Amino acid sequence: MIAPGTAHQEIRLERIATGERKRPRFQSRLRAGQLAFDATGVAVAAVMLFPIYWMVATAFKPGRDILSLTPKWFPDPFTLQNFQSAIARPYFLEDVKNSLIVVTAMLAISLAIAFLAAVGVARFEFKGRTGFLIMIIGVQMVPLTALIIPLYLMLDGVGQTDTLPGVIAVYLAVVLPFMVWTLRGFVANIPVELEEAAMIDGCTRVGAFFRITFPLVGPGLVATAVFGFIQAWNEYIIAYVLLSSPGNQTLTVWLASFTTNHGPEWGPLMAAATLTGLPVVAFFLIVQRYLAGGLTTGAVKG
Amino acid sequence: MGVAIAAPELEPAPRRHWRHRVDLLPYALIAPSVAAIAGILAFPLGMLVWLSLQNYGLRELIAHEGKWVGLDNYRTILTDPLFHQVVIRTLLFTLTCVALTLVLSTLISLLLLKVRQAIRVLVASALIFVWATPVIVTVDVWQWMFDYEFGVINYLLTQLHVGNYIHHNWFDNPVQGLGVIALIVVWGAIPFVTITLFAGLLQVPGDIIDAARVDGANAWQAFWHVTVPILKPIFLIVTCLSTIWDFGVFNQIYVLLNQRPSSDYYTIAIYSYRESFGVTKYGLGATIAVIMVLILVAVTFFYVKETLKVADVKTEATT
Repeated sequence: MIAPGTAHQEIRLERIATGERKRPRFQSRLRAGQLAFDATGVAVAAVMLFPIYWMVATAFKPGRDILSLTPKWFPDPFTLQNFQSAIARPYFLEDVKNSLIVVTAMLAISLAIAFLAAVGVARFEFKGRTGFLIMIIGVQMVPLTALIIPLYLMLDGVGQTDTLPGVIAVYLAVVLPFMVWTLRGFVANIPVELEEAAMIDGCTRVGAFFRITFPLVGPGLVATAVFGFIQAWNEYIIAYVLLSSPGNQTLTVWLASFTTNHGPEWGPLMAAATLTGLPVVAFFLIVQRYLAGGLTTGAVKG
Repeated sequence: MGVAIAAPELEPAPRRHWRHRVDLLPYALIAPSVAAIAGILAFPLGMLVWLSLQNYGLRELIAHEGKWVGLDNYRTILTDPLFHQVVIRTLLFTLTCVALTLVLSTLISLLLLKVRQAIRVLVASALIFVWATPVIVTVDVWQWMFDYEFGVINYLLTQLHVGNYIHHNWFDNPVQGLGVIALIVVWGAIPFVTITLFAGLLQVPGDIIDAARVDGANAWQAFWHVTVPILKPIFLIVTCLSTIWDFGVFNQIYVLLNQRPSSDYYTIAIYSYRESFGVTKYGLGATIAVIMVLILVAVTFFYVKETLKVADVKTEATT
């Protein structure tokens, strides 16, 4: 049922956008009614987007326009000063580097491990398969905040607090269940017959897998990698607890401590927030189509 | 944790697979995942329960050895009046957030069916932007918007003659402060729930609704008696997920209040964090975390049971 990215079931934004619905218009609506709906729609979009607009607008405003009792709705005059001072802050570049290291290492390991497990559950029937799948779903129900104490003590016991490998290990375990589940859907969707045909033509089983299935799972790997990227890049509490020295922290921890350490300097803070959010939003836009589909496909139609 | 969690329904094993004797290959394939999940998630969960039965403070942290105290921590925390307040506050906060999220998301998803296409693209894009923005980033933005001196919210409310909000500090009064936090949580939760519900709405066969309308049902009756039952599985999943997420809210409160929330703002997650990392009573903090998980299991048990029931019925129907 729930297989994010199963190609024929995906609910893409385009489909949401066109609102294609198996329903002939029951009756043509009054123009005024349509206008009221459209106006409400615009209002909803404006209210939802305003905080993000306000962040970007503030980031481009000079200081005196930010600290003004009558807010300026547009950044005019326009300045890059806030971005410069955000980047020049101590530890910004170090923490960007840390975030990149954590995310890259975590993704490389977790994708490899998750892919193996996905092939295991999608292509084989074995004793314990159902148990494994239940575990994959069950561990996602445990709130991460409850595990911080034992994780901290466990990693402290092996001297892995305030180092990146500790955080990488935790993130790995956190994204793994989701990755296995997602990739399982992608692998299961590729017909075994393709591999069998290759084997008849003389491929070995492993050869058939790597020549046929692996390339077809490519998009699934990319989508899964982006999910992992977003989760690890956004994570705060684990990194905050495990990484104590400022030079070892990740970008979200740096951003969250911005206010406490320096008092609210809203311009640079909004510039820093914009910079932190930018890669995530960019990546998210690439894969958003897989998100909604995963949860709902089949839930209604069976 | 996961952006999109799977429903607890397992599809039957793949029909076609290679015929083989006792094959160790699949076990080898899942072994690394099992090891990682067991070592870094399951083991700490067990350790959490173990810790909750110990006196584990700074001295024990240095010695790496706790002192067994049995159920003492549970006795301490269950007779702690502050903890009672915290539990009630957390439950009320969760209820408010989940209810608001579901009602608003349902309304927006229904609205999306009615608007013309260009507006639909606009609203969907706005939702996706909000969804994509990292939580810490959004908390900083809301903090700025609710700033007592130069915040745009105080300015707007004053200009719209809602009242005099000049230099109004929203966080002096914890009820107002938690209201602001609920607003931030709901705003952040709406995109996922709305898009999920809307995707479900698209799959509701229109003829059934038309038939109901022909038979004399009004729009509300058609929605309540036709659409809602069909969407029940989706409602169950998003309610369950929202409950889990809102119950464990930490970042919004902690970062918004500059990492120093007063006890009026404690939810169970914050309280557990304070007890363990604030005053280094790790054992007591673990006890609170165990109770938190237990309450969550009790609260979500109903949803999970219902979801499984729906799934069972469907499996029977399709086989």
